[in-house]
Amino acid sequence: MPIGPASCPQLANCPTVIVMVGLPARGKTYMSKKLTRYLNWIGVKCRVFNVGEYRRSAVKEYKKFDFFDPQNKEAMKIRNKVCEQAMEDMIGWLENEGDVAVFDATNTTRERRQLVMDYCQKEKNFKVFFIESMCDDPEVVAENVKGHEELGEISEGRGAAAPFRRDVGEVKVNSPDYRNMNKDEAMRDFLERIRMYQKSYEPLDTEYDKEKSFIQVHNVGQRFLVNQIQDHVQSKICYYLMNIHVLPRSIYLTRHGESELNIKGRIGGDSSLSFRGRQFANALAKFMEEQDVNNLKVWTSQLKRTIETAGGFHAPIEQWKALNEIDAGVCEEMTYEEIQEKYPEEFAMRDQDKYHYRYPRGESYQDLVARLEPVIMELERQTNVLVICHQAVMRCLLAYFLDKNSDDLPYLKVPLHTVMKLTPMAYGCKVESFYLNIEAVNTHRERPKDQCSSAPTAELAAVQLSVECSASGNTDPQRKSEDALETVPDHY
Amino acid sequence: MSDDMRTRKLSCPEVGVTGSELGNLGPASCPQLANCPTVIVMVGLPARGKTYMSKKLTRYLNWIGVKCRVFNVGEYRRSAVKEYKKFDFFDPQNKEAMKIRNKVCEQAMEDMIGWLENEGDVAVFDATNTTRERRQLVMDYCQKEKNFKVFFIESMCDDPEVVAENVKGHEELGEISEGRGAAAPFRRDVGEVKVNSPDYRNMNKDEAMRDFLERIRMYQKSYEPLDTEYDKEKSFIQVHNVGQRFLVNQIQDHVQSKICYYLMNIHVLPRSIYLTRHGESELNIKGRIGGDSSLSFRGRQFANALAKFMEEQDVNNLKVWTSQLKRTIETAGGFHAPIEQWKALNEIDAGVCEEMTYEEIQEKYPEEFAMRDQDKYHYRYPRGESYQDLVARLEPVIMELERQTNVLVICHQAVMRCLLAYFLDKNSDDLPYLKVPLHTVMKLTPMAYGCKVESFYLNIEAVNTHRERPKNTDPQRKSEDALETVPDHY
Repeated sequence: MPIGPASCPQLANCPTVIVMVGLPARGKTYMSKKLTRYLNWIGVKCRVFNVGEYRRSAVKEYKKFDFFDPQNKEAMKIRNKVCEQAMEDMIGWLENEGDVAVFDATNTTRERRQLVMDYCQKEKNFKVFFIESMCDDPEVVAENVKGHEELGEISEGRGAAAPFRRDVGEVKVNSPDYRNMNKDEAMRDFLERIRMYQKSYEPLDTEYDKEKSFIQVHNVGQRFLVNQIQDHVQSKICYYLMNIHVLPRSIYLTRHGESELNIKGRIGGDSSLSFRGRQFANALAKFMEEQDVNNLKVWTSQLKRTIETAGGFHAPIEQWKALNEIDAGVCEEMTYEEIQEKYPEEFAMRDQDKYHYRYPRGESYQDLVARLEPVIMELERQTNVLVICHQAVMRCLLAYFLDKNSDDLPYLKVPLHTVMKLTPMAYGCKVESFYLNIEAVNTHRERPKDQCSSAPTAELAAVQLSVECSASGNTDPQRKSEDALETVPDHY
Repeated sequence: MSDDMRTRKLSCPEVGVTGSELGNLGPASCPQLANCPTVIVMVGLPARGKTYMSKKLTRYLNWIGVKCRVFNVGEYRRSAVKEYKKFDFFDPQNKEAMKIRNKVCEQAMEDMIGWLENEGDVAVFDATNTTRERRQLVMDYCQKEKNFKVFFIESMCDDPEVVAENVKGHEELGEISEGRGAAAPFRRDVGEVKVNSPDYRNMNKDEAMRDFLERIRMYQKSYEPLDTEYDKEKSFIQVHNVGQRFLVNQIQDHVQSKICYYLMNIHVLPRSIYLTRHGESELNIKGRIGGDSSLSFRGRQFANALAKFMEEQDVNNLKVWTSQLKRTIETAGGFHAPIEQWKALNEIDAGVCEEMTYEEIQEKYPEEFAMRDQDKYHYRYPRGESYQDLVARLEPVIMELERQTNVLVICHQAVMRCLLAYFLDKNSDDLPYLKVPLHTVMKLTPMAYGCKVESFYLNIEAVNTHRERPKNTDPQRKSEDALETVPDHY
C-alpha cells in the first residue's frame, strides 16, 4: 500500500518498535528474523537489533550462566548498559530511515519493558508492539533444548506438540557463547541460564498490561492472545504470525517449460510449450516423484504454459491468477529489439530502476510483490508445495525466501528447466538447484554495468543465483541501440 | 469453492482425471481434496453482537466468493412459538420450554447441514450456544455425522460499562471516546435492535428492556465460556470487549485464518465512507472505456464541487483515497486532507478493448461482447480482468476500509460497483449492473445490521456511462441488438 512521502508527517505511519518477550529458546530470534524478512519484502523498512550481539561485543568472553543471575550486580550493570546501546542505535535508525525496528531480547521483566517503553514513547512518540513467545508444554520445551536431529519427525495434526525448531539446540550450543565448551557442557550451562531468567520472569498480563499492544504466541502457534491492535502494520504482523508454522517441509519453485514465445525471444503473452518445454513437463513430474514428497500440492498460474507444465501430475492442482507473469503492458509479446526500436527511452528507464519501473499499461516488480503477497501467506500456511510460475514472479518469491533486497531481486538468475528446492533451516532457507537436463533458451538479461555497485557473493554463485553484472552496457536514455541490446540473450 | 484470488481446479485420482485435464470438479466429488464445509458456531450471552458479527462476516465471505449463510436459531424459535410471553421461557429449569428450544435448535441444524451438503461452503450457526452440552451437541452433529469442520466465535463483554450501554442503547451513546476502542458501546443502537425485535412488539419500551435484562440473567446462570484448557483441541476465536482483545486457538485452515484476520480488523466506531467516481473524463465524453485520460471541463468543476461538499460534511479526520490513474488524482485536487493512491483502486483492465467505444468492440470482437453480456461478473477481457478479478484485488482495500474511520474513496465505475456490493450485500449477478453515475457521491453509514446509503448528486452535468444488459446476448445477434443499451456519447 503506497503511502505518501515522509515529508508529510500525517501521512507517514509513525515508526514502530517491536519488543520481543520470552525466555531463552522460545524462538524470539527466529520470529524476529522471519518477520523482518517479510516486512522488508512487502516494503516496510525493518531491522533487528539483537541485544545478545551487543552483549557479546561488550563482554569479550562469556564464562558461565551466573552472568545472567538477576542478583549479580556487576553483570546487571553491563547488561543494562548494553541494552541502552542497542536502544540508542535502534532509535537513531528509526529516526533516520526505518519504519519498524525489532528489539530482540528477553525483556522478561516489567521493569525492563517499562524502560524500553519510556525510551520509545515518552522521548520519541514511537509506537510499541510486544511479541511474546511462551511454551508451557513441557514436551515442547524439552525438545527445544534437546534439539536432536531425530526430533525432525513431527506428529501429524495441528501443530500439537511440535518441537519449536528441531535444530534450536543446535543453534544455541553452536552459539559463539559456547565455542570454548563441549556440547554437553554447553547444554547444561544453557539450561541453567534459562533458570536464571525464569526466576524473575513476568509474562505479559491481560490485566496489568491491558493498555499495551501485544500478541502472545503460545506453543508455536497453537494459541494466540492479541491485545489492543493499533494499526495496519500491527494487524498484518498478527496475521503473519498466525499463519507461519515450523513443521518441516520443502517448497519447490520452477518456471514453466520453455515456451514458443521464449524461443522467439518475445516477452509475456500466453503461448504453449515448445517441444523441449513438453519434455521438461515430463521430466518435472518424474523428478517430483523421485523426490517422494508427502502430500504435495501443485500450484500454477492461469497462463497456458504453466498449466501445461503441470500436465504430468496427479497431485491436486491450484491455478492462481496472482502467479501470472508480470504484465508488460504495451510491450507484451515484443522482443527486446522491438522494445528498443519502439520505446528506447522506456527501455533505458527500466534498466535504470528495474524494480520500480512500470511498463506503460503494465506492471512493475513492486506491483508484482503486492499481488504475490496472498500467495506467500498461503505458502506459509502450507507444507509441501511445487510452484510452477514465471521468471519475474519466481524472482519475487525467491527474494522473499532468500531475503534479497529490491536492488538484487530483478536480476536473480532463474533459468528455465531448473527446479529450486527451498527447505527452512535454523534462521534461513537451504537452497538446492536441480537442472533437469533439458536444453532451453536463456531468458536472463544481465544488469547493465553502470547499475552494478558490488561484486556477486560466493553464496549466491554457489546456487547459480548470482546477480552478475554485464561487462559493459549503460542505461542512459540517449544510449546507442547496440549498448541497449548488449545484454539481450540470444534467440531465434 | 472459489476463494479470493484463485480458481480451484482439482484433480481426483479416483475419478480418473489427471492434472492435464481442465475439468472443473466441484468439492463434493472429491471429499479429501476439497476444503470441507465449515460450520461457524457463535457463542455468547444475548446482546454480545453475535448476530451483528454473523451477518457482517457472512457478507464478507460471500463477497470474496465463499458461499456463506446464517442460520439464526432465534428466527426458528419465533416460527415455532407464535407468541413470546416472557423471559422465563429461557429459564434452564423450564422443562417444557427446553423441549421446544432443543427441537428448534435441531431443526436449524438440519437445515444448515442440508444446505452445506448441497451448495454451501460456510454456515454460521447463530445462537447463544452458551453451555458445553449444547456445543457438544452441535459438534457431534457436524463432525461425527458429516466430517465438517467446526469453528467457534465467542463474543464476551466483561466491561460493565460496555454491557450497560449495549442494553441501554440510547442514541446519545453515539459519542465514542477517542482512543483504541476503550469503553466503546457495542452498537449504540443494540438496545434499539433488541427492544424493536418481533419478540417485544406487544410490550412498551421499558417493559421490553426489563424483560430482556431478565432474559440475559437466565442465560448467565448456565453460561460456560470457551476455556483454553477444556476446549484446547477446538478451533475458536474469543472476541473481548468489541475487539479490544482476542484469544485465538488452533486455527486449522485458510478460511479460519481469514475469518480471524477480518474480525481483528473490524470495529464499531461510528463513521462514514464516501464513495464516488472521478469527475467526467475526456474519454468518458467520447464514450471510450478504460485508458488514463484527464478530466474534462465539467470533471474539473466536479473536483471543485467535491472538495466543497466534503468541507460542508464537516468530517472528522477525513482520509482521501484515489487510484493511480490521472482522473481520480485530479479529482482529489482540491483536498488538503492526506491522500493515498492505491493501484488496487485502478479501473478494471479491459485488456485488448482498452480505450475502445462499445461500437468498436462490437465491430472488432462481437462474440467477446456477447459473452460479456451473458456473464458480466465472470467474463474476463482478453489480456484484461473480470469483475471477479477486481474483487480479489480490492480485498486489501476493503480490509483497510474496515480498519479506518472516515474515508472518501475516489475511484471508477467497475471498482465502485464492487465496493458498493460489499457494503450493501449485493450478489455477483447484480454487482456489475449497479448504477453509479458520475458526479454523484454515495455516503455509507453503518447502522444496526447493515448500511444506510445516501446519494448526493453534485449538480454538475456529465455523460451517462451505464450500460444495461441488452435483451439479446446471443453471439450471433445483430449489431443493433448488441448496441441497444449503449449510452449516448460524442
